[in-house]
Amino acid sequence: MSQFAINLLFVGASFALYIGIAIWARAGSTKDFYVAGGGVHPVTNGMATAADWMSAASFISMAGLLASGGYANSTFLMGWTGGYVILAMLLAPYLRKFGKFTVPDFIGDRFYSKTARLVAVICLIVASVTYVIGQMTGAGVAFSRFLEVPNTAGIWIAAAIVFLYAVFGGMKGITYTQVAQYIVLIIAYTIPAVFIALQLTGNPIPMFGMFSTHTESGVSLLTKLDEVVNALGFRDYTADVDNKLNMVLFTLSLMVGTAGLPHVIIRFFTVPKVADARWSAGWALVFIALLYLTAPAVGSMARLNLMTTVYPEMTGQVEDYDSAAGEAILYAERPDWVRTWEETGLITFEDKNADGRIQFYNDANPDFAATAEARGWEGSELTVNNDILVLANPEIANLPPWVVGLIAAGGIAAALSTAAGLLLAISSAISHDLIRSMINPNISEKGEMLAARISMAGAILLATYLGLNPPGFAAQTVALAFGIAGASLFPALMMGIFSKRVNNKGAVAGMLAGLIATLLYIFTYLGWFFIPGTNSLANTPDNWILGISPLSFGAVGAIINFAVAFTVSRATAEPPQEIQDLVESVRYPKGAGVATGH
Amino acid sequence: MADEKSNASAYWSANVRLITGCLIVWALVSYGCAILLRPLLAGIPVGGTDLGFWFAQQGSILTFIGIIFFYAWKMNKLDKKFGLGE
Repeated sequence: MSQFAINLLFVGASFALYIGIAIWARAGSTKDFYVAGGGVHPVTNGMATAADWMSAASFISMAGLLASGGYANSTFLMGWTGGYVILAMLLAPYLRKFGKFTVPDFIGDRFYSKTARLVAVICLIVASVTYVIGQMTGAGVAFSRFLEVPNTAGIWIAAAIVFLYAVFGGMKGITYTQVAQYIVLIIAYTIPAVFIALQLTGNPIPMFGMFSTHTESGVSLLTKLDEVVNALGFRDYTADVDNKLNMVLFTLSLMVGTAGLPHVIIRFFTVPKVADARWSAGWALVFIALLYLTAPAVGSMARLNLMTTVYPEMTGQVEDYDSAAGEAILYAERPDWVRTWEETGLITFEDKNADGRIQFYNDANPDFAATAEARGWEGSELTVNNDILVLANPEIANLPPWVVGLIAAGGIAAALSTAAGLLLAISSAISHDLIRSMINPNISEKGEMLAARISMAGAILLATYLGLNPPGFAAQTVALAFGIAGASLFPALMMGIFSKRVNNKGAVAGMLAGLIATLLYIFTYLGWFFIPGTNSLANTPDNWILGISPLSFGAVGAIINFAVAFTVSRATAEPPQEIQDLVESVRYPKGAGVATGH
Repeated sequence: MADEKSNASAYWSANVRLITGCLIVWALVSYGCAILLRPLLAGIPVGGTDLGFWFAQQGSILTFIGIIFFYAWKMNKLDKKFGLGE
């Protein structure tokens, strides 16, 4: 059977499963549609949250980020997991106790203000829409690589599948599909990693293999990797970072952004009890960690594999890295997987010094220029796109074709599960917070369901359109999504629970201040509204205030939000008694019913 | 009524104390061991590199899981102790 047929079989079978679940889990009421009836077991919800959270970026890109950045990119690992700790302790149980359907519901009621609700709705929609673009393009890439259909067709197929289970099943359909998608993606991620860990270290568990001995050289894998990349002018894989302030703020921004992303928060409305919300956050992190603990192993091992593919002499014990570097592989003798990926343009080769060999080194390092010249090198000749590492893993490790099929199904599952969660957050904000709460409070349950389905379909169309015509700034928008969630939504939610004194004016002023400060800082360096060339200052570390990168500013925005909200609240009237009673009631689990819209 | 109120506020301050403790550990493993204190831990070797690197790539995540389950377990006990559970 050809590779194409195998891929088709795996992806087709996973789709049949999702559609089967969609038919089984049709939503009958708004409660089914928004919070899956409120009866999801905490472990099930944890698994669904993990699939919801781990996007195409986690599945495909993260290992590549770690491989290229080494220690410096640990920020992603800590940021995207540490957010669950604050979510579990500072938000999830109380919002579950509050017992409504959406995030703007809480902000609107707690701050007794339509303006606060509207600001929350806008933040939610902007954050979720920017985030969903990446999922649609990610699904399109996975389709075109594995199923040999054009990118456009891939995106339409992805949209049709999500439409089926999200529009009919709502949160109920999405939850149970996400459980299936989690299982598909974690198996797909783990199997190639286990084989690579076995080949390189003899240890079948990747997270342990990463810190054990590299079989062929007899030294520790990470020591070996440091030696190899160092001999080619790259930074040591484990090298420390100079700008610690930025590293701390970036990690913190990712954490508060994670805790403030609405599609993650609403998952905790689906469990039956407050205590379940706490457990469920723990289970979510367990299921996320299964992938996040494997990712650094995949990153470091793939980096070493890539280097030793180009420089086979560096594989074993090396006496003299200089002479090993001279024995780079002949281009004519490159392995098959390099040929396959060359066809996609994600690996490119240019023989700059015309010696027929592949030289791959850091030609941007001025300290290494003399060594390179002495070796007769005239520039690095290979460019490798970071995103291919996970996808190419099975081929690098010579695994059977069905593993490639599994990776295809896994990548698509990761993209679709996150897209569905985001689309639900968007559609419930529109149908519940805009239409029911602000425009037509007398809408019937049936009418609201219809509105929810129509807004879901509309959101899918919008996401598909943006996936087909991605704005040039797609990569930067992730920073925007996290900045908005971290600087506006997270502080407002947290203050709503932990302070009785913060009032409507304080909350609105704080949210706007945090949001505007973050946007200004991002736009200054990345271009106004991300239009290329309109940035006021070049995006280089020298220009950053105190060395804070625009991507790390979400944490500062959150601090501004807190400060402004407290100051304004102090200067204005206390919240009315019934609001203080509301705050009191969300703090105690006693008397929680299932989530309701009324 | 007054009793109920003081019971509730005792529950809440116990919760806030617990959260503070958990957040200190949370910050210590991630911002501490993995980032700011890494140079201090450089002398402790772990599998070809140092302890700070291990915390950055694995240790902090494992600790985060521990913190959440510890918090959930402790809070369940508090819910029962103060009679404020569901």
